[in-house]
Amino acid sequence: MERLDELEAQSIFIFREAFARLKKIALLWSLGKDSNVMIWLARKAFFGRVPFPVMHVDTGKKFPEMYAFRERYAKDWALDLLVEQCPPIEAVDRTLPPAARSAARKTEGLKLALAKHGFDGLITGIRRDEEPTRAKERVFSPRAAEGVWDVRDQPPEFWNHFNASPPPGAHLRIHPILHWTEADIWAYTRRENIPIISLYLSRNGRRYRSLGDADITFPVASNARTIDEIIAELHATKIPERSGRAMDHESEDAFERLRTAGYL
Amino acid sequence: MNVLVSPHNKLLATEYPQVRVVIVGHVDHGKSTFIGRLLHETGSLPEGKVETLKAISARRGMPFEWSFLLDALQSERDQGITIDTSQIRFRTASREVTLIDAPGHAEFLRNMITGASQADAAILIIDASEGVREQTRRHGYLLHLLGIRQVAIVVNKMDRVDFSETRFREIAEEIRAYLIGLGVNLVASVPISARNGDGVAIRTPAIDWHQGPTALGVFDQLLPATSTQDLAFRLPVQAVYKFDDRRIIVGRIESGRVSVGDEIVVMPGAKFARVKSIETWPVPHESHSSRSVVAGRSVGITLDREIFVERGNLLALSSTPPAVSNGVRARVFWLHQAALVTGTAVVLRSGTAEIRSEITTVDKVIDPGALQPSATNTISQNHVGEIEIALKAPLAADSYAVNPSTGRFAIEVDGRIAGGGLILDMQTQRAQRSLSRSTHYLRTADDAAKRIEALAHHLVQLSAPDRISFLRQEIEGRIVFTTSFGIEDQAILHMINEADLDIEVVTLDTGRLFAETYDLWAETERHFGRRIRGVYPNNVDLENLVDRQGINGFYADPEARIACCFVRKVEPLNRALAGAAAWVVGLRADQSAHRQDMGLVTADPGRNLVKLSPLFDWSRQQVAEFTSNNGVPVNSLHAKGFTSIGCAPCTRALRPGEPERAGRWWWEDEMKRECGLHNNR
Repeated sequence: MERLDELEAQSIFIFREAFARLKKIALLWSLGKDSNVMIWLARKAFFGRVPFPVMHVDTGKKFPEMYAFRERYAKDWALDLLVEQCPPIEAVDRTLPPAARSAARKTEGLKLALAKHGFDGLITGIRRDEEPTRAKERVFSPRAAEGVWDVRDQPPEFWNHFNASPPPGAHLRIHPILHWTEADIWAYTRRENIPIISLYLSRNGRRYRSLGDADITFPVASNARTIDEIIAELHATKIPERSGRAMDHESEDAFERLRTAGYL
Repeated sequence: MNVLVSPHNKLLATEYPQVRVVIVGHVDHGKSTFIGRLLHETGSLPEGKVETLKAISARRGMPFEWSFLLDALQSERDQGITIDTSQIRFRTASREVTLIDAPGHAEFLRNMITGASQADAAILIIDASEGVREQTRRHGYLLHLLGIRQVAIVVNKMDRVDFSETRFREIAEEIRAYLIGLGVNLVASVPISARNGDGVAIRTPAIDWHQGPTALGVFDQLLPATSTQDLAFRLPVQAVYKFDDRRIIVGRIESGRVSVGDEIVVMPGAKFARVKSIETWPVPHESHSSRSVVAGRSVGITLDREIFVERGNLLALSSTPPAVSNGVRARVFWLHQAALVTGTAVVLRSGTAEIRSEITTVDKVIDPGALQPSATNTISQNHVGEIEIALKAPLAADSYAVNPSTGRFAIEVDGRIAGGGLILDMQTQRAQRSLSRSTHYLRTADDAAKRIEALAHHLVQLSAPDRISFLRQEIEGRIVFTTSFGIEDQAILHMINEADLDIEVVTLDTGRLFAETYDLWAETERHFGRRIRGVYPNNVDLENLVDRQGINGFYADPEARIACCFVRKVEPLNRALAGAAAWVVGLRADQSAHRQDMGLVTADPGRNLVKLSPLFDWSRQQVAEFTSNNGVPVNSLHAKGFTSIGCAPCTRALRPGEPERAGRWWWEDEMKRECGLHNNR
């Protein structure tokens, strides 16, 4: 079986496990390339219809292209879209470096949304190859109350048996594309003709590799104007994918602190 | 982490075989350092990463630490140990490799298992000065249990032993003997110094005595996991979706392949149907729609008839069904803090099935880290042993030797995965015996009388369908319903099917049944969408009987007739009921004077089981109304005056006014007209 087919089969399996084993789940849609692939995979898993809400936790600071994309495809794909707002920056841990603090608004928004809707499972599009602490994740990853990730006590997970019984008050993060790489995401996007936001493609010698808040996300130098060119570029580059995401680089453990506190 | 490139080549990733390799070994023997060095030597590190690592090391006042590359958590860097598995990708001359870095600390064995379970091959690292240690052996043993057959040995820190060839050979020989004893295929043994780079990508002068490959060269010898496509078709059911007018059964094919039109069987329960379609989204053009799907795919299929299918069922081709058993014997590894002992209640997870179970025996316990086996019947955390498990519901699976995908399971305690195992045997005599011992309803004669009385008192107040359901709830172990396709049997089969009860349905094919009965057998299977197992006479006994008395010798005298009944019905019945806890039959009190002495529920002490006649107090009229109202097919002979239908030579139609069973063995004394099935012994 080809690599993309294997990846697809594993992701669909995970989606169906989450839907079968949990009571109330939602898919977190960041509007980026990874979560668009996730929605596509969910439609494959459930034969065209995403049978649970798709939630955008909105910082209010996304690029205009991202909002336009959200409005168009929520309709085109018949999504049950929930848009939840994040609290103001003042509500966020002051000891975090500035960009991380800004990003942590999303964690707070997520906690509020969880409390409001009572989800016991959140499907998110993180990948192992993006960032070292994400490489240590489980496919079904328990979060304590308040969304805290206890990395020292992750349950064993093997042979596609997932731990799907969150204790009361806790929830599970489900990671259907944990095993994909950035290059896989683009190769699959190309093969399946999945729509993307144009910011990923080069304009005036620059493009975005990873999309977040407009004020803390920066483009990389690139001439890749098509997905084919992006794939060729990825095979030659040694620059990390999240190099344009300021909150990853402010201090050694900034991103780990974000994650253990409940960030994606 | 973004590690995408190797300077050795410019081909696209998809043109390389993919191998997933786990790096294991004792704590501090240098797994993370080895990986860091490997990535550095192959030019696989992201820009600026080495500088970042230097800064992180300096901040802690430590010499440059390659391991910080994978030890991404603050606590891992502070303590200098890997806590959880990390994954990283790189390319060699001929492989696309996913490296899995597993922790070597005993406390984090569950994380090592999590990482290693995803691997096709393993590299076991051993410190040259410390030699083979506890986790070296434990990891080696677990690799074998996890089904990893390709293992390479890397002896690290050779600089600490002055690159001594003798020391290298000593260690390599010790671990080789251990692994080969486990049945693991040792790919290569390599001496290296990860910190200095000797032997990692190049053979430096210090180890010029080494003839084998470098550590990097080992990766090119590793092979991707073998496909399970050539094994029997197995599809664990994840769910049945009814989003529109289709009923789509979904799951991932664990092994084999299936095509539209194939006859499949749903296990346990043995319900049969054919694959009507393979459903996909987006809906492909007619000419491109799938007719066949193979192992590894997540699929959706529809069937040609509505049979009850649910999550936890296992689909197979009807020609190659899996084993079904209430007991398994398995080799397990145990990760839970509380030890595994006889009597531990667990949930067994096999495929998508989750079955409440109890451990009935524990033996052959090993601490895989120690050299000596331990003489105990307790499997402590991080230990290994063999167990027998009694399941509260039947499991459809294979032994690991037959099918590695469906021959393994996880064990859950309090909602958390606590261990895993390989099925050694699905039908062990010992497991069966211990099951009947531990769950048998009738333990002593006194106890039996009391229990039967209490059961009868309760059952008499229930409707017939509820009586069967209650019996199923009340009694653990196998329940067998024997049908002769009489009108009562058809009514009972309808009740069992409606409630989807886990009750085996069998019929005794004497070889002398009416053609109409065989027709009804086939029609009944179609109607209910399930196979009804035929149990046959022992061929040797039957050949001897016919030789002795002739083909129709049973007419000669009652002894000859009873001998025939015994060979054709009673002995096969005894086999069908062997090990069963209860037996459901279609007897009614008003069928004959003799049967009035039987009862709604009785003990069959000879067979050591509970016998339920759920229609015991029904009239024939009631039964006929029930089957007619529910559209249940009945034997066409009933309309021709046959009421009780057995073997063709021994059953005739009734004359007006005759009692129901007067047509059976009509030439004999009416008080003795039983074949022996229902005689309490």
